Amino acid sequence: MEEELKMLEETVASDYKYGFVTDIDTDVIPKGLSEDVIRLISLKKNEPEWMLEWRLKAYKHWLKMEEPKWPNVKYPEINYQDVIYYAAPKKKPKVNSLDEVDPELLKTFEKLGISLGEQKRLTGVAVDVVMDSVSVATSFKEQLSEIGVIFCSISEAIQNHPDLVKKYMGSVVPMTDNYFAALNSAVFTDGSFCYIPKGVRCPMELSTYFRINTENAGQFERTLIIAEDEAYVSYLEGCTAPMRDENQLHAAVVELIAKEKAEIKYSTVQNWYPGDENGRGGIYNFVTKRGICAGNYSKISWTQVETGSSITWKYPSVILKGDNSIGEFYSVALTNNFQQADTGTKMIHLGKNTKSRIVSKGISAGRSQNSYRGLVRAGKNALNARNYSQCDSLLLGDKCGAHTFPYIESKNKTAVIEHEATTSKIGEDQLFYCEQRGIDAETAVALIVTGFAKEVMNQLPMEFAVEAQKLLAISLEGSVG
Amino acid sequence: MLLSIKNLHASIEGKQILKGINLDIQPGEVHAIMGPNGSGKSTLASVLAGREEYEVTEGSVEFDGKNMLELSPEDRSREGLFLAFQYPVEIPGVSTTNFIKTAVNEKRKYHGQEPMDAVAFLKLMKQKIELVEIDKSLLSRSINEGFSGGEKKRNEIFQMAMLEPKLAILDETDSGLDIDALRIVAKGVNKLRNSERGIIVITHYQRLLDYLQPDFVHVLVNGRIVKSGTKALALELEEKGYDFIKDEISLTAAL
Amino acid sequence: MDPINISYFGEKFNRLQLANPDNLLNSIRKEGFKTFNESGLPGTKNEEWKYTRISNLFHKEYHLTEDELKSEINISDVNAVRLPGSENATELVFANGKFIPELSTIRSSDNELVILPLEEAAKGVFKELIHEHLDKSSLFIKDGIHALNTSFIYGGVFIYVNKNKVLDNPVYLYHISDARENHTLSQPRSLVFVDESAKLQVVETYSTIGSMDSFTNEVIEIIVDTNAIVEYYKIQNDSITASQVGTTHIRQIGKSFVHALTISLNGGMIRNNTDIIMEAAGNEAHMYGLYLLKGHTHVDNHTLVDNTKPNCFSNELYKGIIDEQATGVFSGKIFVRPDAQKTNAYQSNKNILLSDDATVNTKPQLEIFADDVKCSHGCTVGQLDEEAMYYLRTRGISKEHAQSMLLEAFAADIVGQIKPEPLRIYVEEMISERLSVN
Repeated sequence: MEEELKMLEETVASDYKYGFVTDIDTDVIPKGLSEDVIRLISLKKNEPEWMLEWRLKAYKHWLKMEEPKWPNVKYPEINYQDVIYYAAPKKKPKVNSLDEVDPELLKTFEKLGISLGEQKRLTGVAVDVVMDSVSVATSFKEQLSEIGVIFCSISEAIQNHPDLVKKYMGSVVPMTDNYFAALNSAVFTDGSFCYIPKGVRCPMELSTYFRINTENAGQFERTLIIAEDEAYVSYLEGCTAPMRDENQLHAAVVELIAKEKAEIKYSTVQNWYPGDENGRGGIYNFVTKRGICAGNYSKISWTQVETGSSITWKYPSVILKGDNSIGEFYSVALTNNFQQADTGTKMIHLGKNTKSRIVSKGISAGRSQNSYRGLVRAGKNALNARNYSQCDSLLLGDKCGAHTFPYIESKNKTAVIEHEATTSKIGEDQLFYCEQRGIDAETAVALIVTGFAKEVMNQLPMEFAVEAQKLLAISLEGSVG
Repeated sequence: MLLSIKNLHASIEGKQILKGINLDIQPGEVHAIMGPNGSGKSTLASVLAGREEYEVTEGSVEFDGKNMLELSPEDRSREGLFLAFQYPVEIPGVSTTNFIKTAVNEKRKYHGQEPMDAVAFLKLMKQKIELVEIDKSLLSRSINEGFSGGEKKRNEIFQMAMLEPKLAILDETDSGLDIDALRIVAKGVNKLRNSERGIIVITHYQRLLDYLQPDFVHVLVNGRIVKSGTKALALELEEKGYDFIKDEISLTAAL
Repeated sequence: MDPINISYFGEKFNRLQLANPDNLLNSIRKEGFKTFNESGLPGTKNEEWKYTRISNLFHKEYHLTEDELKSEINISDVNAVRLPGSENATELVFANGKFIPELSTIRSSDNELVILPLEEAAKGVFKELIHEHLDKSSLFIKDGIHALNTSFIYGGVFIYVNKNKVLDNPVYLYHISDARENHTLSQPRSLVFVDESAKLQVVETYSTIGSMDSFTNEVIEIIVDTNAIVEYYKIQNDSITASQVGTTHIRQIGKSFVHALTISLNGGMIRNNTDIIMEAAGNEAHMYGLYLLKGHTHVDNHTLVDNTKPNCFSNELYKGIIDEQATGVFSGKIFVRPDAQKTNAYQSNKNILLSDDATVNTKPQLEIFADDVKCSHGCTVGQLDEEAMYYLRTRGISKEHAQSMLLEAFAADIVGQIKPEPLRIYVEEMISERLSVN
């Protein structure tokens, strides 16, 4: 408790602390999107022909698509010609060797609280770092490769493991899936790749930090995780960006494949720059995340703490194809000031005895709008499918909104689906109780919100949980009038 | 022979709970089955009543000359088996009277009898209400909905009176009852005791047995009946606890 | 939308407008047709029509009565659809969507209850009232099917309950479609105004004669003034060739009480929009629905509770039992606007699927813009309680019988909310018959 309070004290007074810009030499392809730009990206990355063809096919498809209008978010039209699609730090270090990383870069990540060196060795987290368009460093590669785990940037995977990439990329999120997935498929520049061979429990947390640095640059990363039969991996991602007045675009794709009895745990702490208190600037975060429980008895678990971005559009989903497979979604989404979030999940039950669980905690403050949107579907063959969903919203102040849009579709009489949702505000009595014990209102709110979100926070790996709690407190700042 | 259980093995979700039960019951006998928590007492009751989650992996159960394991739960009931539940379920919207009437008439139909008309049914109800001292107002409410613990158990005994089974299994009927409620329930059961009817009383404590006076007492430990005796055994258990039996068993095993 | 149909309706619309140039209704129809022209019939890409496709129903030629107020329907047809309790009720008959005074019976005095053809009412003393309230629903419902009804407002009815008049007996609306010769499109339109401290019970039911298809596209608007009480019952038990889009748009303009209930037992493609707009502080509303479906019947219940003022209470419970190849859809929306502090709103939807081919799609939604509220929703899809089934079976009750008992109990929650006794007993019997084991 004492520690918790100290942590809150420390953070309550601070602004978006990741808002600095790193002065680093950058290789940039000028603004704009065309076939030529895509060819150039592919060329710069020295990609094989099949990859370029894949990109161009996605691009052609994208041109025919329309931006989705159904999410409960409002923003001015995006000019896709006004975005930088490729920006890379010039001094690209040789992967594997942290010593050769640009010292500016290392400083950047130290400021972010991510040490690529010794510290993480102690905590046992392998980190891949992606700045703007490219992966700059991956730690612990060798140790991991000894047990057969491949953990590298997706660019390297395209070079070194083309068969795996060819086989799985686009298998869960097809390039034609949606507008932003198609855009990503055309222009993605980097991201992480993990392959856990049969029977291997990955001994450490794998982690990627994403950082947007260059002005006007979009970030389009792509992550692919494959867990073979009886493999296990826990993967974490964190995201930050500098403070800028303009909105920046982030459109990522994440694909997870879990084979028989495999388990993938995917945790996100998303803290892209949310814009200032007047709603200026901030990241547009349009992300497609989907996993497939391909094998029997497999499990995919998504945990997300979403505090950043001016707009979030994101539905980490699980296709429960294997019999007896399990899908989970735990989410805390906090919006403040003028932020808008439309986030949730899809649980598609196809196999027999599949189970899913959804716990969503939405916290709205300031003038923000926070929506849960989720789909639970039991297909015709999903015998004995079970789902339980709990969606709670907490409102702080009377200028914000909390919305719940669950879709439940069942075609199987043996399926049991339950959904519950509540909306409430922080009780005056709870606040008064805290205040009477000498806790000021802002701290009290942070405490109560932390309690509200606890069920989800408990799902996060230790290293992330503390950070995520701090984030919640910071993001709430100024929300108590 | 009313009930004959031979080498009964049963499991749930692959976990073996009953590991070879043998038990014979003659008409008119009252058998108490005692045992520590998790020994399989309630499983035995569920398996006898035909709960589908349990899988009988070995052994046989003959009830009044019929292979009981082949029968559906409803047919077992119609053949004269009654289970008084430890936790009777609440069924909103279904009135107790309508429910019992349906049960009585389905049993009659099974035995080729005409359904009981409303007048005869009400008369029978009235008679049984007096017998087991149940509050009449409970019967117009939905089954067990909002009933207190004692009311639920009394409702079970009332249903037993109405259905007039050949064999009644009382599964921890004493649990959650205060001493007054216990006395009333026991009194009801004693009134339903006769030379034709067999009764199995499943209980953790012997206090119910003070009222019911069983002919035989069996001790169930880890899925097997490890000791059988008379009422005196129950008293001994009360005094020494289940550990003494466990010690005795391990001693026997060691020899 | 089939362009043929737009021009088909356009021709009929123009004829209707030319023949009736003078009054207020002309301009409302004009606005309606403009919207219809722009939006056409709603397709499944429209979020509100995601699970219900009505466009298919328009790939055929319907007979649409424009301003013809006669039909082949006679008193014996009316007798066939009379509901229990009719001997005391005011009975209004609609033939192919048009109000037929000659077949209707008003059992109430003029100073309590006024019943007028809409055209007549729009000219007389109620002109202002009608001007103020008719078609306010189009501010909330922008789709083409609602606009299609508005485009053809003619032959509707106006129902007015005077201040302080508590009507003891209900008003029954019988909608009869004559589909003996042609496919028939009926578009009834009603405006009901319940003045201060008055009470009204409205019951609607539908029936199709003949084996051709019928499509009823109804809009009824009910305005509830201060201290008034309105009970609304809709009973759908038509033939499988009868499809329907029915909009019940209730506005509580003063602190008042509404009790609305929809029972769907039979039909083709059915869509019910039940909207309650809470325009005054302290409103209270209860909304219930039961859909008991089999065959290929498709029932879609869309509900809206729109809280615009503080201290309102609403409670909503919809239940469905879906068998054979039937489909049930529920979409509930609770809006709490920024001014609607201290709103308490509850919403629950429970479904049971009985067959391998049955489908349910449900979408309970909350949209909250005020912080001091208590709102919750829940929904379940599943089977009957297995514990309860087992308990009943251990008492010797067969599986089938146990199921019908539990289903009846499941439905009883809703049926019990029908307050006029003859109607409740009638519905209870229909449901009991439907669920009983041969």
